Amino acid sequence: MAGTPDEGRAQALAPKAVVMDEQALDRALTRIAHEILEGNEGTDRLAIVGIVTRGKVLASMLADRIEQIEGVRVPLGTLDISLYRDDFGKRLSPVLHSTTLPFDLDGAHVVLVDDVLYTGRTIRAALDALMDYGRPACVRLAVVVDRGHRELPIRADYVGKNVPSARSERVRLALPPFDDHTAVEIWNADDWAKVHAARHAGDQGGEE
Amino acid sequence: MLSVRNLINTTDLTVSDITQILDTARTFEQINARTIKKLPTLRGRTIVNLFLEPSTRTKSSFELACKRLGADTLSISGSSSSVVKGESLVDTIQTVDAMSVDMFICRARFAGSPEIIERTTSARVINAGDGKHAHPTQALLDLYTIRKRFGRIEGLRVGIVGDCLHSRVVGSLAPALTKMGARVTLVGPQTFLPARPDALGADATADLDALLPDLDVVYMLRVQNERLEGDAIPSTREYAMLYGLDGRRARLMRPDAVVMHPGPVNRGVELTSEVVDAPFSLITNQVNAGVSVRMAAIYLLLGGEGNAISD
Repeated sequence: MAGTPDEGRAQALAPKAVVMDEQALDRALTRIAHEILEGNEGTDRLAIVGIVTRGKVLASMLADRIEQIEGVRVPLGTLDISLYRDDFGKRLSPVLHSTTLPFDLDGAHVVLVDDVLYTGRTIRAALDALMDYGRPACVRLAVVVDRGHRELPIRADYVGKNVPSARSERVRLALPPFDDHTAVEIWNADDWAKVHAARHAGDQGGEE
Repeated sequence: MLSVRNLINTTDLTVSDITQILDTARTFEQINARTIKKLPTLRGRTIVNLFLEPSTRTKSSFELACKRLGADTLSISGSSSSVVKGESLVDTIQTVDAMSVDMFICRARFAGSPEIIERTTSARVINAGDGKHAHPTQALLDLYTIRKRFGRIEGLRVGIVGDCLHSRVVGSLAPALTKMGARVTLVGPQTFLPARPDALGADATADLDALLPDLDVVYMLRVQNERLEGDAIPSTREYAMLYGLDGRRARLMRPDAVVMHPGPVNRGVELTSEVVDAPFSLITNQVNAGVSVRMAAIYLLLGGEGNAISD
């Protein structure tokens, strides 16, 4: 994202806390990779599906670690849930991404990957989207951060870190190529909105 | 987010609007290729298909687009509506509008009807063809088909051949192509060419054979028989000889050039069957793109309401 005159001012705003750095994320992903393999008893029928945009990158990071451990490259998919959201009309996803599931979904052992688990509505949408493509044998959920405040009966099977948060806060994963650094940050929602607006000033909404 | 509330003509759209519609359509094309094509995106929304003039392909394409997005549709056709009983367009729209609908998709015999609807309702409006004026979704699906084949629109040479004067396809396609950086030439007998092709961003010629070797896209218009056998041109046979594309004339085209047609084709008049079914004919691709592009336009217009962009 190109810098704008506003960006300098917005950069002065900082997160309230950084709860995971790059090393902590690396360790968490390695542990989750082990847990997935343990739960699945190996890589049989296993497929990793990332929810765009950050989940897509996380999914491939997980697949890399699984390959390092087991020496097997598991199939990797991506899921865009924009068309399955329950808040269409309130919030439009201006850029639709491809959904690619380059493996036989019927009977697959799917691990859905997302960055932050919050209300659970994204995962509800992802499950609906997934079922329109086929009938997996099971679906498990891996997230980097569980920040609580669920509005639906959904829980994660693999969690990088539980981060208790207030609704007035914004918990986000900064991750290249979307950001210039790797961290899990807690922001004051108003501060984040300012930074976000400055970053996206003048463009069409961008990747985020 | 599109810069317009309603889709009346391509001339209202910016380059970034057009690009966004084409990019969004690409996602819908993937969805149209899967087994379960229906999406829940627009559930609970109501879209009125108001077709005051006969149409098969545009009507079915819009209806499928609405249904695959999960919207409820209400179809009103010219012969079954109170328009036959003398009710005015404004009264019809006000009546349907009072039932709380979200969008009108309108095909009308008279140019300007979509603007009348736009002024009468707060629902979104898509022009599905009005008289000899405009047919924006046809133009957008043509752009989509061209971009998919060539990977770009900018720099292409497009010839639009036929009755350019009375064609609503030309009224939307020529300005959209030039906006996206293509060069457009209108081709036909003088009686079929507008006096001011530059108003559409195009130039014009009567000599098809001289132009053919330069073209990337040969866009053939449907010859309306009722207009042909009159003052405009002596006979269908003479028109076919001078401006019809048959196998012999098609050999003048560049090896990577393509033929397009908005349909329905008069086989043997503007195109011979040999050309319609040739590998360089994109006519089926155009129909296929229609549903995806219309889904994109409906999605982007109705999704703009909350005016907030998702993160």
